[in-house]
Amino acid sequence: MKLLLIGTLGGFFSGLFGVGGGTVLVPMLIFLLAFGEREATGTSLAAIVIIGAYGTIDQAIYGNVNPGYAALVGIPALAGVVAGAAVQQRIPERAVSLMFAALLVATAAELIF
Amino acid sequence: MEYVAAGALGFLGGMLGGLVGVGGGVLFVPALVIFLDQTQVKAEATSLMAIVFVAALGAYRQYGYGNVRVRDGLVMGGMGVLGVVGGVAIANAVSGRTLELMFAVLCLVIAAQLVRRVVKASRPPATDRAPGRP
Repeated sequence: MKLLLIGTLGGFFSGLFGVGGGTVLVPMLIFLLAFGEREATGTSLAAIVIIGAYGTIDQAIYGNVNPGYAALVGIPALAGVVAGAAVQQRIPERAVSLMFAALLVATAAELIF
Repeated sequence: MEYVAAGALGFLGGMLGGLVGVGGGVLFVPALVIFLDQTQVKAEATSLMAIVFVAALGAYRQYGYGNVRVRDGLVMGGMGVLGVVGGVAIANAVSGRTLELMFAVLCLVIAAQLVRRVVKASRPPATDRAPGRP
């Protein structure tokens, strides 16, 4: 039940503010469902695939997606995500929490300014 | 040069995805706006496409590490699609500024909670076990 709510809210905020669903999904999994940090981040990525795919198709219909530029940013990002996930396995879960808190502060700053 | 800078931000965005479980859009969007001259709307749309592939590979790697509850992820993703539809409808209907500020405050509150939780966990609990027991 909570899972359904978390998924809906994640998508809702994603559609409302254009922030990635992960910003909402990860803390809710940790606080409401007692996921460990690594599990929360891994499971969040799986959900983002589906939410992002829907969003991409929707935006592509309006002609807003530039696949060349998506590749330009996305291909280096593929290397980044593999490296990031590998590093994450070697650091304490608390460090993951603190990095996430920093990301939230940055997101808040971006929204305010 | 702009391409190199955009690619570098892309790499960092992906890194963030692997580290904290977000799609990386928080860096993809500025990369597209600043270095590739995209409008905000087009940047967000293009960023979404990159996010799908990054999140897919990230989820696959995290699955290998035993960190993905597949069923939970799929359920959240499915419900998330419904949420997106609702969120977009409301974003088009009401003034964005107030909502943005409210969400910013929410982000700060959650960040504070996460930090508090870490601080609490690193302090030894006052009554760990009953006296006399090993």
